[in-house]
Amino acid sequence: MAMDNTTSYSGLVNQGNLPDKPAPINTEGLGPWVRDNLFNGAFNSVLTISSFLLVLYTLPSALNWLIFNAVWSGGSDACRVNPDGACWTFVGSRWEQFLYGFYEKSERWRINILLAILAVGIIWLAWEKAPAKKLMAFFMLVIFPVFSFFMMYGSETLGLPIVETPQWGGFTLTLVIALSGIVASLPLGIVLALGRRSNMRVISLLSTIFIEFWRGIPLVAVLFMATIMFPLFLPAGVTFDQLLRAVIGVALFASAYMAEVVRGGLQAIPKGQYEGAMALGLPFWKMMRLIILPQALKIVIPGIVNTFIGLFKDTTLVLIIALFDLLGIVQASIADPNWSIKSVPYTGYAFVAIVFWICCYSMARYSRYIEDKLHTGHKR
Amino acid sequence: MQLVKTIAVSAALAATAGLANAGETLDAVNGKGFVQCGVSQGLPGFSNPDDQGNWTGLDVDFCRAVAAAVFNDADAVKFTPLSAKVRFTALTSGEIDVLSRNTTWTMSRDSDFGEFVGVNYYDGQGFMVPKSLGVSSAMELDGAAVCTNTGTTTELNVADFFRANNLDYTVVAFEKADEVVSAYDAGRCDVYTTDRSGLAAQRTKLSEPDDHVVLPEIISKEPLGPLVRHGDNQWGDIARWTLNCMINAEEMGVTSANVVEMASSDNPGIKRLLGTEGDLGGKIGLDNEFCANVVASVGNYGESYDRNVGPETPLKLDRGVNALWSQGGILYAAPQR
Repeated sequence: MAMDNTTSYSGLVNQGNLPDKPAPINTEGLGPWVRDNLFNGAFNSVLTISSFLLVLYTLPSALNWLIFNAVWSGGSDACRVNPDGACWTFVGSRWEQFLYGFYEKSERWRINILLAILAVGIIWLAWEKAPAKKLMAFFMLVIFPVFSFFMMYGSETLGLPIVETPQWGGFTLTLVIALSGIVASLPLGIVLALGRRSNMRVISLLSTIFIEFWRGIPLVAVLFMATIMFPLFLPAGVTFDQLLRAVIGVALFASAYMAEVVRGGLQAIPKGQYEGAMALGLPFWKMMRLIILPQALKIVIPGIVNTFIGLFKDTTLVLIIALFDLLGIVQASIADPNWSIKSVPYTGYAFVAIVFWICCYSMARYSRYIEDKLHTGHKR
Repeated sequence: MQLVKTIAVSAALAATAGLANAGETLDAVNGKGFVQCGVSQGLPGFSNPDDQGNWTGLDVDFCRAVAAAVFNDADAVKFTPLSAKVRFTALTSGEIDVLSRNTTWTMSRDSDFGEFVGVNYYDGQGFMVPKSLGVSSAMELDGAAVCTNTGTTTELNVADFFRANNLDYTVVAFEKADEVVSAYDAGRCDVYTTDRSGLAAQRTKLSEPDDHVVLPEIISKEPLGPLVRHGDNQWGDIARWTLNCMINAEEMGVTSANVVEMASSDNPGIKRLLGTEGDLGGKIGLDNEFCANVVASVGNYGESYDRNVGPETPLKLDRGVNALWSQGGILYAAPQR
């Protein structure tokens, strides 16, 4: 039987060249990126175009006002002549006030030293390979606040003239309130969170009452109570430092929020972790310190930083109790009749916004960095 | 809210009752070595920090005058900036010795919170309109849109004025003065109303300040003055006569420049004023020359006015009713004799 190979396999063997297929869709380069990211579908295309138009509509005039048409040199007269641009000379002539408030001029070197130490400390702690980080952290969290207080307030024994708190102001005051709030609220918040989850009824009840009380009233009300009502309850003639009242109010307020953030992290730790720690025979505080809290706090880093950023911005509320933080001092400066010019208030507020944005964004970036560094597979 | 207010007021009264003893404030002030003075958080021409961070203004000058009267040193004063809400608590709780914060003297405030010692600026609510509106009197404002601040007496005064005169109007209200100005400047309303000193200050923030006029009508009385705690009459006298001293000095032609020569004047009135004759200062626990010290370091009322709010300043406020009674105004201080 003759094998008719050619016919029986002809369906499987290719006899010639295949026709050319169209080239695969290019995924490299600008064009495809635009197509994939900006115009993939009708809805996204509409969104892209409308966002683009919005930016086109606002950005040029904003940049014009902020930069190109702004007054960068000269005095108040230069701004009066040009009402349609930011008046940066106003900020330039007042930046010392914005930074130091009414702090004694001859004593401002003290703040400079503190700011320098603060900058070095933050960089040190943020830099991964820095040596002696634990020592530095102890210094920054425990010794530095005490040191700062004596540096800023002064002390007869150290030979530093007293500068009373009503003279503190500007960005320095913003930092003082925000940093003391941040430094106080984290440990306090952790303790409160543990207290609320405690099996001991009284402790749990007290923690819950504390948290719900401070969370239930607005910060403005806390500050008003601290300023207006509190002095009336004290015996006549006894005054209590206004700034201290505000700082305590802000710290307690923030710690209530922090407690709930931390509690969220504690809830997320599976029961097995607790049981494992107990099976190893670890006492409560060791279990918390070595097993539970490192995991719980890592989970809630975004929440913690969120609270910090909120706290940082909330410090501007001390304005209403007549403490001159950055926003307060800018508002007071706007009232100077020599600078009573149309563009000055806008410039002042824009300046405050820029400063706050830089601070908050730095915190956000740092938190992202920490998250990346600590991630152990929970991250999506 | 009413309850809170009642508690606050009664607590304030209780605090006052505890504090008030004649001479106590002066002793305390002498003890600490400075006067603690409550001012605003920034009101152009009345109290605001200048480029150097020093407080300046008409109200600030009064604080400095009290310091000069007590210590012969106008710098022996510390300023506590106060919001409108906390100003009276600060006074009654003893946090400050004098409240010099563009505070309108009203009967309820005088009885509830402290003792007004006089008036250092007669203000009143006025209207500003663009010249292009072609209006020369507030009576022609029928149907106007009025820009003003929320929650202040200015809003109530406008309502009273327009209702009393049977005029239609719409209120466009904002929280902050800067917002009101920019709304008015953008043409969202025809009229801008606030105290006349405020109108003068905000006018410089308009794109074309010269295209706007302030109408002649004044629709409210706002006598602004400093006040002290109830009960300490001696301290009240010190504040009152410091203010009177500045006004009387202007009336008698005593200025910071000529106060030294004037001390040897033959005019018995000037002699009593400057303490070269009589013992008027001693009667209120001060040096006899307290008024000379005030005028030498702060100046008389007219000098302070010209320096802070007068025609030469950006505010460009004419003396108007704040001129001396002898020059057509209503400034009339009791004689020092």
